[in-house]
Amino acid sequence: MIRKSRVLVAGTAVLALALTAACGGNDDSNGNETTTKAEFNAALTKVFNPSDKKGGTIRMANAGDWDTLDPGETYYGYSWDFLRLYGRSLVMFKPAPGKGSNELVPDLAESLGTPSDGGKTWTYKIRKGVKYEDGTEVKAADVKYAVLRSTDKETFPNGPAYFEAFLNLPDGYKGPYKSKGMNTDQAISTPDDYTIVFHLKQAFGGFDYMAQLSQTVPVPEAKDTGAKYKEHVISSGPYMFDQNNLGKNFSLKRNPNWDASTDPNRKALPDRYEVALNVNADDIDNRLISGDLDVDVVGTGVQPAALGRVVGDPALKAQTDNPVLARLWYTSINPTVAPLDNIECRKAVLYAEDRTGYQTAYGGPLAGGDIATTLLPPAIPGYQKFDLYPAGPDNKGDLAKAKEALTKCGQPNGFATNMAYRAERPKEKATAEALQQSLARVGIKLTLKPYPQGDYFSAYAGNPPFVVKNKLGLLTNGWGADWNDGFGFLSQMVDSRVIRETGGSSNTSVRIPEVDTMLDQAIVETDADKRNAMWGAIDKRVMEEAVIMPGIDAKSLMIRPKNLTNVFISEAYGMYDYLSLGVA
Amino acid sequence: MASDAFLEVRDLRISFPTDDGLVRSVDGLTFTLERGKTLGIVGESGSGKSVTSLGILGLHNRRNAEVSGEIWLDGQELVGASPDTVRGLRGNKMAMIFQDPLSSMHPYYTVGAQIVEAYRVHNRVSKQVARKHAIDMLGRVGIPQPDRRVDDYPHQFSGGMRQRAMIAMALVNDPELLIADEPTTALDVTVQAQILDLMHSLQEEFDSALIIITHDLGVVAELSDDVLVMYGGKCVEYGPATTIFEQPEHPYTWGLLGSMPRMDRPNLDRLSPIPGLPPSMINLPSGCAFHPRCAYEPRTGGLATTLTPELVPAAGGRHLVRCHLPAQERRRIWTDEVKPELEA
Amino acid sequence: MITYIIRRLFAAVVLLFIVSAVTFAIFYLVPRLAGATPETLATRYVGRAATPETVSLIAHKLGFYDPIWVQYGRWIKGIFVGADYNLGASVDHCPAPCFGYSFITREPVWPDLVDRLPVTLSLAVGASILWAVFGVSIGAVSALRRGSLLDRTAMGFSLAGVSLPIFFTGMIGLLVFSYTLKWTAVGGSYTPFTQNPADWFYSLLLPWIVLALQFSAQYARLTRAGMLETMGEDYIRTARAKGLPERAVTTRHGLRAALTPILTIFGLDVGLLLGGAVLTETVFSLPGLGKYAIDAITNNDLPKVLGVTLMAAFFVIIANLIVDLLYAVVDPRVRLG
Repeated sequence: MIRKSRVLVAGTAVLALALTAACGGNDDSNGNETTTKAEFNAALTKVFNPSDKKGGTIRMANAGDWDTLDPGETYYGYSWDFLRLYGRSLVMFKPAPGKGSNELVPDLAESLGTPSDGGKTWTYKIRKGVKYEDGTEVKAADVKYAVLRSTDKETFPNGPAYFEAFLNLPDGYKGPYKSKGMNTDQAISTPDDYTIVFHLKQAFGGFDYMAQLSQTVPVPEAKDTGAKYKEHVISSGPYMFDQNNLGKNFSLKRNPNWDASTDPNRKALPDRYEVALNVNADDIDNRLISGDLDVDVVGTGVQPAALGRVVGDPALKAQTDNPVLARLWYTSINPTVAPLDNIECRKAVLYAEDRTGYQTAYGGPLAGGDIATTLLPPAIPGYQKFDLYPAGPDNKGDLAKAKEALTKCGQPNGFATNMAYRAERPKEKATAEALQQSLARVGIKLTLKPYPQGDYFSAYAGNPPFVVKNKLGLLTNGWGADWNDGFGFLSQMVDSRVIRETGGSSNTSVRIPEVDTMLDQAIVETDADKRNAMWGAIDKRVMEEAVIMPGIDAKSLMIRPKNLTNVFISEAYGMYDYLSLGVA
Repeated sequence: MASDAFLEVRDLRISFPTDDGLVRSVDGLTFTLERGKTLGIVGESGSGKSVTSLGILGLHNRRNAEVSGEIWLDGQELVGASPDTVRGLRGNKMAMIFQDPLSSMHPYYTVGAQIVEAYRVHNRVSKQVARKHAIDMLGRVGIPQPDRRVDDYPHQFSGGMRQRAMIAMALVNDPELLIADEPTTALDVTVQAQILDLMHSLQEEFDSALIIITHDLGVVAELSDDVLVMYGGKCVEYGPATTIFEQPEHPYTWGLLGSMPRMDRPNLDRLSPIPGLPPSMINLPSGCAFHPRCAYEPRTGGLATTLTPELVPAAGGRHLVRCHLPAQERRRIWTDEVKPELEA
Repeated sequence: MITYIIRRLFAAVVLLFIVSAVTFAIFYLVPRLAGATPETLATRYVGRAATPETVSLIAHKLGFYDPIWVQYGRWIKGIFVGADYNLGASVDHCPAPCFGYSFITREPVWPDLVDRLPVTLSLAVGASILWAVFGVSIGAVSALRRGSLLDRTAMGFSLAGVSLPIFFTGMIGLLVFSYTLKWTAVGGSYTPFTQNPADWFYSLLLPWIVLALQFSAQYARLTRAGMLETMGEDYIRTARAKGLPERAVTTRHGLRAALTPILTIFGLDVGLLLGGAVLTETVFSLPGLGKYAIDAITNNDLPKVLGVTLMAAFFVIIANLIVDLLYAVVDPRVRLG
């Protein structure tokens, strides 16, 4: 499956390189490397404080509310990371440090999916003897039901929409609630209790990634209460819900019906998990530092308030990890707005950019991220390192090249255009201001246009007629993959067919027919190595068109749990792996 | 040296240090008062008459007032006495009636409660007993249906009723010295007369000494045995009421008499107020404080502007006056110039 | 008196309607006027990369296609007769008073409000007792010892107390007393009184102190100013003239009168707090109405915002009414009618 074929080097900036050496340097980690030395990035590629000691309680806190605990609808990486404690999907990311976590391993299924019909049909065998918290056995029909219910977007509007897009569902099918009794075997069939077959409308080579979505976590139909199911999810994993006070807190206790012999991936060390919701974010940091809390479950790193304190104190810094995430903060360059319809003008923008300004705007190399020159972050299989628009040795831009491009474009003295950003996001504002300054060096005059983030894509920056009318040549943007693979990362970002005239898409600038074709070819490829190479090619092709200015690959600075064992960063989730933690 | 008089004030000085200098509100005041007698202290606002009364009761602000001299009340000196001693006498042996009965009574307590409180401070009795006493007092000051009105709040009383209640409160402990500061100023004319009558009859009944402080000589004329006229913190004329009204020797007193509204003189338009304004206490005029407003100042040959006149005996026994005009001249001006004018 | 109360309650109901209509308009009408369509409104309540079908499905489900007055009417109707909500697997009936269903969590709002009120109530009552006692006594003593070292120290502290925001004092308090000294509970450890009174007290102690600190400062200054004013009143001189001991003069006569305006402010402050002590609840992660409101606003969760706004407005209105009634009791000059 996913194997690394080349050494990955994260980032281009020397500073960033030094800071992330541990991240990119250890490419064939197999999850067995361990360490007990508390130092910066100790848990990035190694298992910190390995232990098999059972018992204890892990205390977690979330600065906001959980989007939902329902496996059919939850759509956050941290939630998927956590959900594996109480739910078993067909396939899962391997609980291993660093790159090892990008490997898919079977969970509820006995093995990874078997493709047939050129990748249009995928078959999984389900393990026997896996039981729900009430002791009943998990059957193939439960997985089928779980997937089908998740396609009811009136009930679960926030969930991922991959299954309804790819499954060969009958026309007019509205999910098991409204289309009760409709035969759905043309989409998912269950020849026996332990076999489930997915029938797709078109071939999809990376279907195992879809099979790892929490939407394949089995849901017993008899216990399903629709939108209320989140109040009591029936566990198929090692832990089950003890208390669940929506919006306030919940706790997990051991599921007595979980059988370790059916589950090679989970250690299930602690006796309990306690999660507090809607906790003050700054307070979370303080409690992590003092040891009154184990994990900031959202896993986005420390708040600005604590950042200086953590970085400035060597003892505290040794208690942190700094992973690069599969999230790119970038700027769309819209070819629909003159004179950016001319590729040379777009190139001028790229050459004139001061990349260090972008990085500083996002909080620098530690809390912000590494300077990116490609769309794909290093964490995504298929990532190729290249830099089509070198910014000079100091990364502050190549003004000569920029002027040259401007001349070719017919705008030797520069031009004026507008730049949109989300008004509520100070980092995007800082980015826009940094760009305003750096582009001014070659005469490109930016006028900054803040828009409310709630409607940023639906009504403003993601609304093509609005973009043209208001001459939004540049707009700040960001994208994170739903899973670490080229499809998950690129499909929404560079496929021109996701752009809608009514707005709502975060792709606003990439309209390259050739890229669409390349995407279609890559999607159906079932050979992972070939497929990954194709993602890299798409990345390069988009960059050639100069319609995206890659900003930074996001990083986060996380406070390592003081009192826990088996701590390591899962690159698949870009945060600590919640499945393996134990209490010291 | 102890005093034989019931109340004797000797060289009383009350001053307040301010950022702009020392304000001598009361500057060397001396007088005596016997039981059953009434002293009227007359002057414009700021003349020091109210400060004098507060000083006697020990109600001046102890933190920023400087007091010297002696106050002898029934053989006891008060200036040097402890605050607690004075407090024990206050409301008990000596009581006070204030000018504005509305603002002087607590708006949140019933009239009865306030009288009861005054009684119980100095008498260890139950509330019921005190209440009966309060009702009794209200009846004696002429409040109809006192057993019902006792539970009314001050704002439910009319102005005259409030002043009666105030008097009831002051008299509840049978004080031997009663000080009334402008007791009728806030009242209309007919009520004024009633209140004055009431005070007079109560004084006779209780045989108390009474000090009436007023800017209105008319009030004094009806009640007082003695009159003390104050100007700029000093006594300018002091003597028996009859003398002061018949043979006043100070130009200021003449002015007061001229501006006095009198029942027997309905043509009020002929009132002639004293020209000019009362002096600033921070910056008193040199010499005789009254000289800038005095029509007769030129006749002193410049003395009045430079030298402060002494309080000296005038004609007719206990009569004292503080004026640079020669004695003969004063009497002549009164008889030939002022008196005919007033009676015209 | 009774007719007065009835009239005031009636006015309160009208006022609540107005508040709800204005809140509704802010969240619905203003975006519409700014050019938002039902679909753009619905986009906030669907997942990333939702299809246009999903968006229109949700816009329909949330009723965004109906005219605004129909939407408002439906919401009002829910309060009186309840509403039904399709959960997919079943239909949930939300009995009156149904303040609608959250767009985000898709839970009925009313049980949330009922659930969170005790937290805010605990916070407000505890803190208000603290600040009333400390603020008023410090202010009164300061006024009586005006200019003294004590007065200047107290007023200096209270200036700091007024100026320092709660998120600052709160974080410092947590850092020092909870994390370093371990004297008080860490943030987010609220325990209901009914569950364990001792834990309840322990978890609220620091929030009480921090919230009371801010208000104490304000009340100390108010009391001091009020005392200085009343101690100059004629009736204070009368009280002294009666021969009352100074302590009785200051408390029974001075403080009593000075407290009346403070009582008004106190009632309104407590009323406001009951609607949610936003900053304190946020800093200490207390699941009260204030935290609820802030989360609802952050998430654009209109039904929650509406519900909590109405609740807050209700408390303010009731507090106003109680203050007015109390005022009539405290100050006999005030006649209600």
